Amino acid sequence: MESKGRKFLKNPFVLTVIAIILGFLVAMVVLAAAGFPPLKSVGILIKSMVGKPKDIAAVVVKSTPIIFTGLGVAFAIKTGLFNIGAEGQYMMGCVAAVAAGAVLDLPAPLEILAVILAAVLASALYGGIVGVLKAKIGIHEVITSIMLNWIALYFNNWFTNTRLYHKPATIGTYPIHESAYTMVLYHWKKSEAGRAVLKSNDFLKQVLGRNDINMGFAVAVIAAIFVTWLLTRTKKGFELRSVGSNIDAARYTGINVSKNIIDSMMISGALCGLGAAFYITGQSPHLLNTLSATENVGFNGLSVAFIAQSSPIGCIFAGLLFGGLLYGGASLQSQVGAPTEIINIVIGVIVFLVALSVIIPQFLDKHVRKAAPKTETVGTDKKKGAGDAK
Amino acid sequence: MNMKKLVAGTLVSAMTLSLAACGASAPGTSTASKASEATSAAAPTEAASTAAGSTAAGVDSSVKVAMITDTGGINDQSFNQSAWEGLQKLTKDTGIKTNYIESKQASDFVNNFDTLIDNGNTLCWGIGFACYDAIKESAEENPDIHFAIVDNQNTDQIDNLTGVMFRAQEPSFMVGYVAAAVTKTNKVGFVGGISSPIIDQFEWGYKAGVAYANKELGKDVQVDAQYAESFSDAAKGKSIANKMFTDGADIVYHAAGGTGQGVIEAAKDADKFAIGVDRDQNYLAPENVLTSAMKNVNVAVEDLSKKFASGEKLDKDVEYGLSEDAVGISEDHHLYGDDIYKAALEIGEKIKAGEITPPATEEDYNTYISSLG
Repeated sequence: MESKGRKFLKNPFVLTVIAIILGFLVAMVVLAAAGFPPLKSVGILIKSMVGKPKDIAAVVVKSTPIIFTGLGVAFAIKTGLFNIGAEGQYMMGCVAAVAAGAVLDLPAPLEILAVILAAVLASALYGGIVGVLKAKIGIHEVITSIMLNWIALYFNNWFTNTRLYHKPATIGTYPIHESAYTMVLYHWKKSEAGRAVLKSNDFLKQVLGRNDINMGFAVAVIAAIFVTWLLTRTKKGFELRSVGSNIDAARYTGINVSKNIIDSMMISGALCGLGAAFYITGQSPHLLNTLSATENVGFNGLSVAFIAQSSPIGCIFAGLLFGGLLYGGASLQSQVGAPTEIINIVIGVIVFLVALSVIIPQFLDKHVRKAAPKTETVGTDKKKGAGDAK
Repeated sequence: MNMKKLVAGTLVSAMTLSLAACGASAPGTSTASKASEATSAAAPTEAASTAAGSTAAGVDSSVKVAMITDTGGINDQSFNQSAWEGLQKLTKDTGIKTNYIESKQASDFVNNFDTLIDNGNTLCWGIGFACYDAIKESAEENPDIHFAIVDNQNTDQIDNLTGVMFRAQEPSFMVGYVAAAVTKTNKVGFVGGISSPIIDQFEWGYKAGVAYANKELGKDVQVDAQYAESFSDAAKGKSIANKMFTDGADIVYHAAGGTGQGVIEAAKDADKFAIGVDRDQNYLAPENVLTSAMKNVNVAVEDLSKKFASGEKLDKDVEYGLSEDAVGISEDHHLYGDDIYKAALEIGEKIKAGEITPPATEEDYNTYISSLG
């Protein structure tokens, strides 16, 4: 019994779920303290995330870029690198996507391919800079990538105001050409026939008609599977992970360490770039704006990777949760009156607890040897908590 | 992340084309009833009769009004906040239900309008020209619901959309007069955000105000106008203003959002004057912000929502100016004294009476200058 309970608690998935539930509990305490009905508020939050087909579709759309950046960060962590530069790589991807999409005017499949390629290349190269600096000169990737985030932000603003791209009397660029749009059935949706069908079918209307549902999510799932395969089933993946887990051992066995660091950062960046490509091609307004602060898609990717404990597949679910909280948070505000900052508290607590949850198995191990009865109570208590939550 | 949000809250507001008046400045809000009494040029017909003032008579209780912010957020110390203050006042006065949703990024606009519609709102406000494309789309898909947007014209002339513009040239004219009257070096400056029709109103109104003062006071004050091509680059604002100050200007007016923060900073460093915009910015540098050209978004939002609730059909385009008490200059005038302040207010009266028509474009400005002789 005990050992089963302990095993259950050592499962990273279970730990994450507990952390998420605790995150909501803390949010409820905060809500109650601020004078809002806690149960009702969380109810509304969840309902506005999954209540209607439209909401689910919106959550999927909103989470897509975050899943990609989460994947990028998770990939880097698996190879021993902390890619805090996901934000900058994502932004460079967005810039490149607009740079290509607003100028090139090719037929649809080619145009989409060109835009995606531009974004992925730009982001991969931008991540590659960090990799080269780390591999060749030994500068820590956290320092360089934080600086590169700022460079990306100001590059975005400079680019937005260049004569070729800046749309007069706005704070943004021209949008990309419609042929690059990756929304599902976009042209059909806008056509007479499409409008008629959407009018008569409420489900389709909610999912398709009122959302920028796009190909990004499907690509994100494929990317997650690809990353898992690459890391666990290929020689390259083995090398990357070896460099991550013990750089000296890897070098001793003849693995080209610096090449693998650069490759890892480039792949991580490329994943962020995919997110950028599908954000620009798949979601309105399909353009860049002058920004005074980053939009945090990359930084949210860090949280997603943490919540997923760097599991690529886990990033899909963590990303959906994250996107859902961001989307549902707006309704929490409009229906209960609670400030959207509550959502940030929920997310913060979850990330914090997931980070903490690594301690629990260690804690259990330690106490198994020293005081078996004590562990038992801890174990069953915790298990009860988890069971209740289920 | 929270710190980032804070930074965003204070700075993102900057990128919005125009910051709004601070609702805390009492005159704007307390004279709202006056605003609806005054006959607006754009809605000349029943404006007076619907001046409900403090009573809720004739207000349809099924009306629900809500707004979406632009990316500045609800506490932007600027026009989002001001608009929400207008709606809160509406609720207080009439009992109409009001609400808001914050937009975190531009891709949220469409979804947020959707949520407002789902929640049964009958009048939906979009604050800031950035959400025009989204509001246009929503308005076309929901012909039964009325929409209104601040700082953008109803460019596509959609039936159920109202574009709300402010005659920013009017307060700009007044601060132009103040600047020309106060300057000792006979040189004043103007720093614009991104050149656009909206910022043109500020520039040409200001220049005309200076020209008017030149004639009235027998001075020869020159205006140096420059654009930062950004609403958020305080450093650039500061360097432009610094250059103007070293070139001999002693007063610089800005219509540049967050870029303007740098202008005010430069004035503080050089111990010269800056003129604030959209709300009373004196608190940023009490000894250096001479005056501010204010734009009270709350007045417009409240007034139009009230009209809508009393069953009036809103026009496609509405303009707010001095006559509606939706713009003006800040009351605080401890840096330049009563006489000039009074003269500026008199000019305001003349503008209301139609004796002076401040120009909003370069073309109008040239006509105006030739009419001055």
